[in-house]
Amino acid sequence: MQLSRDDLTNAYTKMRTIRVFEERVHKEFATGQIPGFVHLYAGEEASAIGVCMQLNGVDYITSTHRGHGHCIGKGCDVGGMMKEIYGRQDGLCKGKGGSMHIADVSKGMLGANGIVGGGPPLACGAALAAKQRKTGGVAVAFFGDGAFNQGTTLEAMNFASVYQLPVFFVLEDNGYAESTSSDWSIGGHNPVLRARGFGIPGERVDGHDFFAVYRAAKEAIDRIREGGGPQFLHIEFTRYYGHFEGDAMTYRPPGEVTEERNFLDCLSFFRARVTSGGLLENNALDQIDRNITQLIDKTVADAKAAAPPQASELTTDVYQSY
Amino acid sequence: MSKKSFRQALNEAMRQEMERDPTVIMMGEDIAGGMGAKGEQDAWGDVLGASKGLLPKFGRERIYDTPISESAFIGAAAGAAINGLRPVAQLMFVDFFGVCGDQIINQMAKFRYMFGGKATTPVVIRTLFGAGLRAASQHSQCLYPVFTHIPGLKVVIPSSPYEAKGLMIQSIRDDDPVIFFEHKAMYADTDEVPDESYTIPLGKANVSRRGTDVTIVAIGRMVKFSIQAAEALAKENIKCTVIDPRTTSPLDTATILESVAQTGRLVIVDEASPRCNVATDISAMVAQSAFKSLKAPIRMVTPPHTPVPFAGELEDLYVPNPARIQAVVSEVVRYH
Repeated sequence: MQLSRDDLTNAYTKMRTIRVFEERVHKEFATGQIPGFVHLYAGEEASAIGVCMQLNGVDYITSTHRGHGHCIGKGCDVGGMMKEIYGRQDGLCKGKGGSMHIADVSKGMLGANGIVGGGPPLACGAALAAKQRKTGGVAVAFFGDGAFNQGTTLEAMNFASVYQLPVFFVLEDNGYAESTSSDWSIGGHNPVLRARGFGIPGERVDGHDFFAVYRAAKEAIDRIREGGGPQFLHIEFTRYYGHFEGDAMTYRPPGEVTEERNFLDCLSFFRARVTSGGLLENNALDQIDRNITQLIDKTVADAKAAAPPQASELTTDVYQSY
Repeated sequence: MSKKSFRQALNEAMRQEMERDPTVIMMGEDIAGGMGAKGEQDAWGDVLGASKGLLPKFGRERIYDTPISESAFIGAAAGAAINGLRPVAQLMFVDFFGVCGDQIINQMAKFRYMFGGKATTPVVIRTLFGAGLRAASQHSQCLYPVFTHIPGLKVVIPSSPYEAKGLMIQSIRDDDPVIFFEHKAMYADTDEVPDESYTIPLGKANVSRRGTDVTIVAIGRMVKFSIQAAEALAKENIKCTVIDPRTTSPLDTATILESVAQTGRLVIVDEASPRCNVATDISAMVAQSAFKSLKAPIRMVTPPHTPVPFAGELEDLYVPNPARIQAVVSEVVRYH
């Protein structure tokens, strides 16, 4: 597996964008200016980017409550995302969806989802459409360890297997479904074996390691594009914040997040790997960091200054025609 | 008697019933919290903290934290209920009914009838509902009309902490499946609530305020808003009766009809989407049964027929408020 300098720069830029975006949303949420429920993706960046780098304009993704990273991975406009999170008229969904329903169908991003296990059946449909219309498109269903125990997800896996649909089932196992441990909640304790039970091949990877995720995702999606049917990936890592912003996370042992941040951070790991291998230089990465910080500063300032939806918007967009 | 929040009132009701009756169990996602994790157990006590403290008291034999598998645990609650237990299962947000609708609508609601009266299903599904928290389209709905529509289910919607405690205890003791709606924007509301156990019967409306000019029937959080509107209207010498049906199934039609016979004017305030909701149901009932009493057209105060929007500016327009209720009631009173 050979990643070009451009690929590596792109991977770092996107992962870093997610991280800075999420850290900033965390900070702004604490000031009380961001409404509603927000679920942050920080710590899981290698999954969204390692997978989405294999995708192009004909491909689709479905997402979860924790959807900001997937949006950035699939190329959604970061300014439009921030405005959506603030509930602004110019947001990606005109301020009607918010963080939990952020979407850009034109980019193949079929929505964050407020329903656990809501996405996998939709991914099956997107894949079915791609197959029937012969677009060559693949659908990726990102879902969490909580959703892996929902009937919808298990039915979708069987459905994709029966019809040999081009679906990539990506289990993002961050250790906790809300406050419940995934070690406890996933009966059988072997997601790869569970997928195999549906006739879907898969493997487990360390989600702190971008290169491991990238390699596994590439192999799986190559197989799907060659007509190999649905594939599965179990990615293990942790999240740096609570299930939602405001979650005190007392169910986690003290020091767990600090330890992950200090020793298993996917961005630090990536930087060490590319600089020690002479693939990218520290000062180039530092410059990317500065650029992203500026970009996110601007998106937040723009979002704060942006206009809220007009009152007349309340009753628009319910139907195409009525 | 002391000041208690809606959350505390519910907690006390469930704790007292679990103490009284060993067959009462609880099931749901994170109803204790921290299951299988290395940190605090009872970390959440459900997503808004209403069952906090029950795990240390009653243990894992009676408090089942479940995987995120609504079909499985809601269905299991029904299965346990027809086999000697009294489960209180939490469907975290009523919107998630979409995931497990079969177990509620086709299974537990129909056991008794389909089995020729030989099954008893004493299960309570407690569930959060309602707009106001910027929780957007999939965490804000008022789906009680859906359940009201289904024969075999009882539907309970408390309007205050006092109501919440008495109705929850009664619901747990009831022998039929009860869908118990808790408005999440009311969780911090406080009220005088007796410390001891008490019940409020299902199917008996509460007349919160008596007046001779107009009858306002309001559901859940809308009761509080309607009382506020009635207080403002009193300053204009408009006297309102405010009726809280407490349960939409069974519905206390007698109390509503009796009041309409006296006032001749009716406004119904319902936070649910306007088509086929409780307001339309009560309108139809009154139009059929009390046509000659009516001095003005029946009016409804509801949200528009749209999903619940995210942006605060839109959500505030969406949810009925005291000013809107006041305006509609004024029109009805002035109608000749």
